[in-house]
Amino acid sequence: MDIHEYQAKKLLADFGVPIPLGGLAYSPEQAQYRASEIGGDQWVVKAQVHTGGRGKAGGIRMCRSEQEVWAAADEMLGSRLVTSQTGPRGRGVYRLYIESVAEIDREIYLGFVLDRETERVMMMVSAAGGMEIEQVAENDPDSLIRIVIEPAVGLQSFQSREVAFALGLDASIVTEVANILKACYRSFRDLDATMVEINPLVVTVDGRVLALDAKMAFDDNALFRREQISELRDKSQEDPREMKARDRGLSYVGLEGDIGCIINGAGLAMATMDMIKIAGGEPANFLDIGGGASPERVAKAFNLVLSDENVRGVLVNIFAGINRCDWVAQGVVKAMQDLDIEVPVVVRLSGTNVDEGRRILEESAVPLITADTLAEAAEKSVVAVMKGATA
Amino acid sequence: MSIVIDNQTPVLVQGFTGRIGSFHGKEMMEYGTHVVGGVTPGRGGTVHHGLPVFDTVKAAVAATGAEASIVFVPPPFAADAIMEAADGGLSTCVCITDGIPAQDMMRVKRYMRRYKAENRMQLIGPNCAGVISPGKALLGIMPGHIYKKGEVGIIGRSGTLGYEAASQLKVLGIGVSTSVGIGGDPINGSSFRDHLATFEQDPQTRIVLMIGEIGGPQEAAAAEFARDHMQKPVVGYIAGLTAPKGRTMGHAGAIVSAVGESAKEKVDILRECGVTVVERPSEFGSTVSQILSASP
Repeated sequence: MDIHEYQAKKLLADFGVPIPLGGLAYSPEQAQYRASEIGGDQWVVKAQVHTGGRGKAGGIRMCRSEQEVWAAADEMLGSRLVTSQTGPRGRGVYRLYIESVAEIDREIYLGFVLDRETERVMMMVSAAGGMEIEQVAENDPDSLIRIVIEPAVGLQSFQSREVAFALGLDASIVTEVANILKACYRSFRDLDATMVEINPLVVTVDGRVLALDAKMAFDDNALFRREQISELRDKSQEDPREMKARDRGLSYVGLEGDIGCIINGAGLAMATMDMIKIAGGEPANFLDIGGGASPERVAKAFNLVLSDENVRGVLVNIFAGINRCDWVAQGVVKAMQDLDIEVPVVVRLSGTNVDEGRRILEESAVPLITADTLAEAAEKSVVAVMKGATA
Repeated sequence: MSIVIDNQTPVLVQGFTGRIGSFHGKEMMEYGTHVVGGVTPGRGGTVHHGLPVFDTVKAAVAATGAEASIVFVPPPFAADAIMEAADGGLSTCVCITDGIPAQDMMRVKRYMRRYKAENRMQLIGPNCAGVISPGKALLGIMPGHIYKKGEVGIIGRSGTLGYEAASQLKVLGIGVSTSVGIGGDPINGSSFRDHLATFEQDPQTRIVLMIGEIGGPQEAAAAEFARDHMQKPVVGYIAGLTAPKGRTMGHAGAIVSAVGESAKEKVDILRECGVTVVERPSEFGSTVSQILSASP
């Protein structure tokens, strides 16, 4: 689960990470009022959206008067921010964060991730703060300092000092930076994060250390014990289809294609999407309906997949293990009778009681296309969608 | 004797009296697995499916001599159950549970290091379909009837995609020696590489089919192992060609978040290491069949 910058900063501040003065605004008036509260003669107005690349997309504005803050807020609120990471639909801007501006001496990159190779939390630090870390990793991998943290004892002071000295920081702020690293690690561990990133962590001209931007992501599987994180969820930042799926306990990822997919099992779902692509089509979504494909679940899945207006055909691929193909077939037939489905539907059943399942599909009056193998299912769905496009 | 377990291995079901543990426990018994009892804290002394239930793994091991267990414990408590299995002296544990927090698994792996490598329990999963040696034993949730007994070893992350592969093989009259699900989580017990090493030593296995997916470094590590340490042919597939970067595709571990984790990059690594790549998931059966008929 992702959260906003201002939420991440608040969480990190609670662990002892210094952040600039700032305040949240939902209206231009609030934005202006926040600026006057913060004081000074320069502010930055930042769109609170769940994506990186905000600066280049116009989501971060420097303002030199309270009037400018009002105007920037008025322009940004209610707009959609399209960045290199959002896709063409972008993300809606409904919250702004107004912050004081500091004079920067140097910028540092600081990140914590779950490293799958060592199966531990890894801290990554680079002197090239402010740049995208993927770029740093590609262009200058040696400049990236990687420290693996032993889970039994946590991040040690010497590891933090090593990093601070390797960055060439002034001795007077080494302890402060080391403490910030430890605070970030504790927040990662105690909140079940999957990512904590401060980019950049800055040293100001007057010698202060501040987290200028912050990003945190959390382990969905650990939310049951992190209600303080669950309540930070902002549904306005989610794809409406994905939000619906999530609320119904289905695993769905929206894509750009036109063949809707209803499949059981994540691996089979990805493989079926691969087959669609190989057959010349494009999947509209990833959807794993899980082990028990009950009629209700199949109906829910159809509703969800068809709520995507790009969908021109649906491919159902169910491998019945502990459930049975005849049940799944009944579910599919019932869903097609109950719902008004106007696009072609290809159904491929396999596994337990497959003959009975196929018989039910064939004997039903519903207009669906059946397929026996994975390849046939993918090809038939691509052909059906192409026919529909030319008809 | 098959790898992981055979029909003589005494097995415990952790979470035996729960809905899912009860259902699959019975399925395993019917398949021929030597289930000797179950563990459900607070239900010790009762009988379930005609077998004794114990409060702790240690008590169950003392009374039954169990050597392996399968965990059907809900996500918040599953890591604890795995550590209890490791501490109880079991040599193999399969964890089916989907949804265990990643940091819990990090702690499980750390905890297991307190045992010397030769005494350390082998953990399979979590978030996997388990293990089946067709005709012998089932320590998992697979539908037994789709597997024919034979000479192909299967290692996969996904349950249903593994079923797809096994049934493609069966249609061609090809059987499976053992199928192992390593699970779809970012941190798991045993890896592709671990099981490749076991299959290489297994006299029943002639060829290994490795069904991977996007995310993580394990497929690449396995391909390098196959190149450097294996005589038996390895056939590989990577699911997730169409997966966008940075999105979790159902499995918590199926996410491209670093260099080398996309399907295309992994396929390139597999090829460079001499692994035969299945490009279409509809061709698991035909690819394995070709290699089997080409080699003596």
